[in-house]
Amino acid sequence: MTSSPPSRDAATVGAGPTARPTAPVLLVRDLQAHVAGQQVVEHVDLQVAPTGVTALLGRNGVGKTSTIKAVMGLIGRSGTIELDGEDISTLPTFRIAGRGVGYVPEDREVFSGLTVTENLRLAERRGSEHRYDLVYELFPELEQRGAQAAGTLSGGQQQMVSLARALLNDNRVLLIDEPTKGLAPRLVTEVAEALARAAEVAPVLLVEQNLQVVRDLARHVVVLTDGRSVHHGDASDFLDDPVATQRLLGVHGGTDPAGAA
Amino acid sequence: MSTVVLLLITGVGLGAIYFLVASGLSLIYGLMGVLNFAHGVFLTFGAFLGWEVAARMGATTWAGFAASLLVGALAGAVFAALTERFLVQRLYERHIEQVLITVGLALAVVALFDGIWGTDARFISGPPWMSRTTTIAGANVPNDRFVAIVLAVVVLVAIVLFLQRTRYGMIIRAGVENRSMVTALGIDVRTAFTLIFTIGGAAAGLGGVLASHAFGYVSPMLGQTLLIFAFIVTVIGGLGSLTGAAIASVLVAVLQQFANYYWGYGDFAVVVLLAVVVLTRPSGLMGKKVTA
Amino acid sequence: MTDADIGTDRRRQAVRVLLPLGLVVLLACLPLLDISVPGILPGATYTPGTLHLLALAWVMAAVALSYHLLFGVAGLLSFGHALYFGLGAYGLGIVMRELQLGLVPAAVLTLVVAVVMSTVLGAVSLRVTGIPFAMVTLAFAQAAYVWVRRDPERVTGGEEGLRLPTEFVPGFLVGVADTRNLYWLALAVLVLAYLLTAWVQNSRAGHVAEAVRENELRVRVLGMQPVLVKLAIFVSASVIAAMVGMVHLLLNSGAVPHVMSAEFTISLLLMVVLGGVGSRWGAVAGAILYVLLNQRLTVLAGGAWVESLPAVLRIPLSEPLFILGTLFVLVVLFLPGGLAGTVARVTARSRDRRGDDGPDRRPHPPAAEEPEADDVPQRLEVT
Ligand SMILES: Nc1ncnc2c1ncn2[C@@H]1O[C@H](COP(=O)(O)OP(=O)(O)OP(=O)(O)O)[C@@H](O)[C@H]1O
Ligand SMILES: [Mg+2]
Repeated sequence: MTSSPPSRDAATVGAGPTARPTAPVLLVRDLQAHVAGQQVVEHVDLQVAPTGVTALLGRNGVGKTSTIKAVMGLIGRSGTIELDGEDISTLPTFRIAGRGVGYVPEDREVFSGLTVTENLRLAERRGSEHRYDLVYELFPELEQRGAQAAGTLSGGQQQMVSLARALLNDNRVLLIDEPTKGLAPRLVTEVAEALARAAEVAPVLLVEQNLQVVRDLARHVVVLTDGRSVHHGDASDFLDDPVATQRLLGVHGGTDPAGAA
Repeated sequence: MSTVVLLLITGVGLGAIYFLVASGLSLIYGLMGVLNFAHGVFLTFGAFLGWEVAARMGATTWAGFAASLLVGALAGAVFAALTERFLVQRLYERHIEQVLITVGLALAVVALFDGIWGTDARFISGPPWMSRTTTIAGANVPNDRFVAIVLAVVVLVAIVLFLQRTRYGMIIRAGVENRSMVTALGIDVRTAFTLIFTIGGAAAGLGGVLASHAFGYVSPMLGQTLLIFAFIVTVIGGLGSLTGAAIASVLVAVLQQFANYYWGYGDFAVVVLLAVVVLTRPSGLMGKKVTA
Repeated sequence: MTDADIGTDRRRQAVRVLLPLGLVVLLACLPLLDISVPGILPGATYTPGTLHLLALAWVMAAVALSYHLLFGVAGLLSFGHALYFGLGAYGLGIVMRELQLGLVPAAVLTLVVAVVMSTVLGAVSLRVTGIPFAMVTLAFAQAAYVWVRRDPERVTGGEEGLRLPTEFVPGFLVGVADTRNLYWLALAVLVLAYLLTAWVQNSRAGHVAEAVRENELRVRVLGMQPVLVKLAIFVSASVIAAMVGMVHLLLNSGAVPHVMSAEFTISLLLMVVLGGVGSRWGAVAGAILYVLLNQRLTVLAGGAWVESLPAVLRIPLSEPLFILGTLFVLVVLFLPGGLAGTVARVTARSRDRRGDDGPDRRPHPPAAEEPEADDVPQRLEVT
């Protein structure tokens, strides 16, 4: 499915990814990032497990989005970022994406002047198969609205386009930033289902404020405070610890619905 | 009445030339965030090479004229592609340095043109039909204006088709909207950058040949003079918008013609229009929201 | 801090005051001295030709400083700064002749006009930011340029330019006979422009403007109005330029449309970038380099040996602007930070080698921690 990793990686990971199923697909160590001359990520360590969903949590403004953008190379960064054991911390964004990092940005960022179909066609990556069947199965609406300008879609439909762009290709990992932000409860469920399907195809690093969604999907969590990663661990252990969730997220685990803010 | 018709058609003819310069400028800015000061140089280069070719093939023949258009467009395209590839791209994403580079290039190349072709204007002649007039509603309109209008419309249609129908066109449209998201989809936008410079350069080169016929001369400063009006057009039309550039080109040129005729201050009328647009609609008539 | 450290600090401060002072005194004495610098100056320092060239260099350095305020401090990339320089030059001449005013009242009136005009046009231009701002300022200046060239009101002298109405100017500032006085006037205006620039930069507006350039959002969050701060800088820079423009009128006994042209603004941009964006002395050095180089290259272009070269060499060499433009491109490509940046890098390296700088070399030092953040070249960003 993916191109085989270069031999150098086989050496670092041992006998290759298949022999060590627990080796993280994405490894971030001592990440720093800056926006507009300001350091917004101070020190983040995180690992994305080779399967399932890893959640990236934290209060508003702690640097979750910035961490993801730094991994994508969209903002200035330094530190270690390895994809399948290979350093991607100095690559330009398009090469990072080309190596199989799918990105669903916080505010959808669909191309509003392009049609739905064009948004998807643009996302087609060379050297990857294009899973329109999966995408249209998850979001049948997108097929019906193919000729509609993406800018005229509802927020929920735009989110589907944004997710579909990432799911279309074979990816090694998906970085998904607050996919349920501002959606009605029914749509939250729909998106959560799509995320569960996505996680079967590729491991996911998910930023999510809705802790019920996190509880349903994520196996691991990483928690940020003020640009630093301060907690790593099992998702349900963390969510069941009222002291920790109160302290790090300002909410009681799992009981508080969408968005503590 | 005939005066109004004459002013209107010559205005649209001038607008056609503005559009040929402004379309590339606007797309380059929209996609890359670069204010291309060297755009006038592409135009002048096209005009000079077009003139040289026409002079060799017989300036008064249609074949010479057609060849000059072709060579002008080609010269502009090649110059622009080289500029992007070897100067602008070296400073990827450093927009101010990119502007400075094009400023320096324009300065150097205009001086070089001075050295090669001299600072004095070269007078242009074309096929005799071009300098004759056609009477429309009592107005005697110079035929070269019609040629300019037709060619500008052809260029407009061609660019629209390219943007709507090809993958690169799609990349450019998406990139004007949100360049970083395009790269996050795994697309190397630099190819699109070179392409848009090339297209803009070709349009400017073509515009150069047409401008030299409309004004009757070519000089090293031809492009620089037009460039300033093209800047005004792109700001009024909305940076990054092709349709905006087309509408604003005609608007600016027609206003300029009328103000020149009835008031004598066409250039001021244009600047006043610019001030009004900037005060009331800072992002221009059709522009995306202006960001630094 | 040890006593020795304090000692070096004081000594450094003394040097920072005394060195420029000494330099100014030395420059002020040049007309009285007989110094020849073959290859750079056209003749001995007391000769009118050399004095005129040096005076021109001081004037350009002064107006480059005002452009430094705009571009280097506030990050405003203006292509219309020549408008205010030209306003000073033409305005003073026109006011003296048309209103029959003496030099000083006419100068005051011209400055008032400059304040009003730059406030109005600045307020309009600052409705947009970044590149659109560049284009709008260019358009305004272009309108003025066209006006002085066409001269519809019969006041500017059109293409020929405006002649200085000498009858309103004190005798000691008129004519080639007393180039020395004009030289001192030019030097004085440079010192004044330098002090004003430093004052504006160190004022609250200057600091806020620099903060705006770094991060406009943060400044807005702090409850300040970035636009007003930028307007204040814009007006200060414009008024300084107008003041220098007036001296230029006196120095050249007239004004020509070129002083209002886009090319003139571009030459200011060139000087500031050559010197190093963000550095005051860089702007001064860049301007002096530009003026001297331009003069030398013009002499070279007219030289007989160039005439004898084959066309591929003769044509580029006979165009000073070709060489200056190319130099500029090379500096932007290979010498980011211009002269000042290069000097800063070289001294930092030699200081590193001496080892009296801490080993603190983090990958991305926050800008605020850079030494002497007051006058260092920086990465180019406009607001
Ligand atoms: N363009 C910018 N200019 C200035 N500061 C910025 C910029 N982008 C982000 N920041 C700052 O960086 C910090 C981290 O922002 P980030 O968007 O990464 O937070 P987040 O954890 O994703 O927050 P949220 O949960 O609200 O999405 C914030 O303090 C924010 O204000
Ligand atoms: Mg976020």
